[in-house]
Amino acid sequence: MRKVSRLSRFNVASLALGLAFLYLPILILVIYSFNASRLVTVWGGWSLRWYHEFFNDRAMIEAAWMSLRVAVSSATIATLIGTLAAVALSRGERFRGRTLFSGMLYAPLVMPEVITGLSLLLLFVALNAERGFWTVTIAHTTLTMCFVAVVVQSRLGSLDRSLEEAAMDLGCDPMRAFVAVTLPLIAPAIVAGWMLAFTLSLDDLVIASFTTGPGSATLPIRIYSEVRLGVKPEINAICTLVIALIAVVIVIASLASKLSSSQGESAAPL
Amino acid sequence: MTDELPGTDAIAEAVGERQFAAGEPLLRIDGVAKTFGTFRAVDGVSLDIKAGEFFALLGPSGCGKTTLLRMLAGFEAPDQGRILLGGKDIAQALPHERPINMMFQNYALFPHLSVRDNIAFGLKRAGMARADIATRVAEMVALVKLDGLEKRKPDQLSGGQRQRVALARALARRPQLLLLDEPLAALDKKLRESTQGELMELQRRLGMTFIIVTHDQEEAMTMASRIGVMRDGKLAQVASPRGLYEAPRSRWIAEFVGDVNLFDAESKLRDGHRLVIGTRDAGPLVVAEPREPFGEVRLSVAIRPEKVKLSRRGPVREAGHGTAINQLDGVIADICYLGGTTTYKVKLDAGGMLQASVANSARLDVDAYSLNQPVVAWFTPDDCVVLPS
Repeated sequence: MRKVSRLSRFNVASLALGLAFLYLPILILVIYSFNASRLVTVWGGWSLRWYHEFFNDRAMIEAAWMSLRVAVSSATIATLIGTLAAVALSRGERFRGRTLFSGMLYAPLVMPEVITGLSLLLLFVALNAERGFWTVTIAHTTLTMCFVAVVVQSRLGSLDRSLEEAAMDLGCDPMRAFVAVTLPLIAPAIVAGWMLAFTLSLDDLVIASFTTGPGSATLPIRIYSEVRLGVKPEINAICTLVIALIAVVIVIASLASKLSSSQGESAAPL
Repeated sequence: MTDELPGTDAIAEAVGERQFAAGEPLLRIDGVAKTFGTFRAVDGVSLDIKAGEFFALLGPSGCGKTTLLRMLAGFEAPDQGRILLGGKDIAQALPHERPINMMFQNYALFPHLSVRDNIAFGLKRAGMARADIATRVAEMVALVKLDGLEKRKPDQLSGGQRQRVALARALARRPQLLLLDEPLAALDKKLRESTQGELMELQRRLGMTFIIVTHDQEEAMTMASRIGVMRDGKLAQVASPRGLYEAPRSRWIAEFVGDVNLFDAESKLRDGHRLVIGTRDAGPLVVAEPREPFGEVRLSVAIRPEKVKLSRRGPVREAGHGTAINQLDGVIADICYLGGTTTYKVKLDAGGMLQASVANSARLDVDAYSLNQPVVAWFTPDDCVVLPS
């Protein structure tokens, strides 16, 4: 018997082409990160030399540490605020201007980053805030909060309201009903939102370069300024590590969402 | 929010602890109204429900029956009127402050919890001891015959099993009043019928008060001891199933509950203690004097199809129908065989159509009529109901 779901030759070719388009540059970067040669484009055999170099590069390590701290804190704050906003917009009573509010929440999704960055810079200057870790964190929270809100709100929208009503009927006050029933059911979306915020923050160059101050460069800023002086093979090693980190995060996220979807209802959109 | 409502906890305590004897007045709905925007969903409904009753709210979709139920559960607050449970006004109390539980139309089972935890949910909230919860859950599981499925999640259950879990969860807290919102709508016909029987049995055994909302008049007739028919936010009639079917109060109710033949009245003539009503489609019909005088409103005569008997028309009229009863000549225009009964449509010589439902009491069709066969349709004056149009 023929398998119904077998891929045709055309499908295989288009899949291969698409994947190559997406991953070939990354693959080359990863391979060259193990290059022994000092020249980026010349292959000189396998080596872990550039990883070693990176771990001894204090400025680079500091930038990476800065990036991680910013990503974790801004993702956490953004998840908190974004979830609250999503709950308010989809569960609160209908108030005047509700549509306007939800529209305004989504605006940063399509706002050019240069504008977000510049406006935040102006704000921080006006407030006379010292630019550094906190300004970048706040800026990244602004950027990523709307992504969290979108993810969580779509999950809330697909959730049956009568579940909360059933919880109230069975003796929960509204707050309790939310914690006991709604929160566990939207947890996968909250986790997914956090991961999204984390990777967006880790990846951001434009907004960070507007809002950071001297001595507190994030990893992308550091890499960018190094590359302007010429690509060092060390950069390849750093990028490979970042890719590995993000891959791990994404695998965990999809496993978490698969696990929770096997417990009931559909998986969170990721 | 509880602070604004002094005494709501006291209500829950007082009513929750007290067991009402069957027949005692339990719930009084007094002039309750609810408006959504400009739409008056419930328009001044008053109703008394006694403890131990199985009451059905019946009506087409959009008639306000679900809104009324949601006000009883506390998900909507009435704009006007009072809801008295055991003498205390609970109209503004929140859902968790009422000794009332509801079974939702889509069951609303918590997908992240097992069957056991779903049933135990309300008991945990009530602060029951662990051991007592375990006992009660086991009791409920046995009651709705879910043994062996306690550890399953809702999405691993069939529709019928989910319905049972929802029922067990709503019953677990032993509410004074159980509300059921279209509880059988999602089940297929066979399962629905057996579940109807089980629900009735359960209600009798527990002696609990049930209020069920349904759009299915057969379901309401089968299960409920009393039915309230709702239309456009108002209670059109409250009666026993028999009262509703045999003595509907309006033409609309007669048409909504079961099948009916309706003839518009054109004239009215008193003949002793009988009334002769002239109709355009069926000629003059002798009817029993209505219990209440109608005055000068337009009237209709209603006859249920199963009250109409058919006889062969021939040179010698068959015995069994005298002269005082209504005899209408016609020919069979349509035959609809339904297994237990056959519905004949008779084209009357007077012009109208008359439906007659005849029980197929014999397996061989010696009694059956054929298409275009001339027949006499007859019924007694007492089988006719005179209704205001």
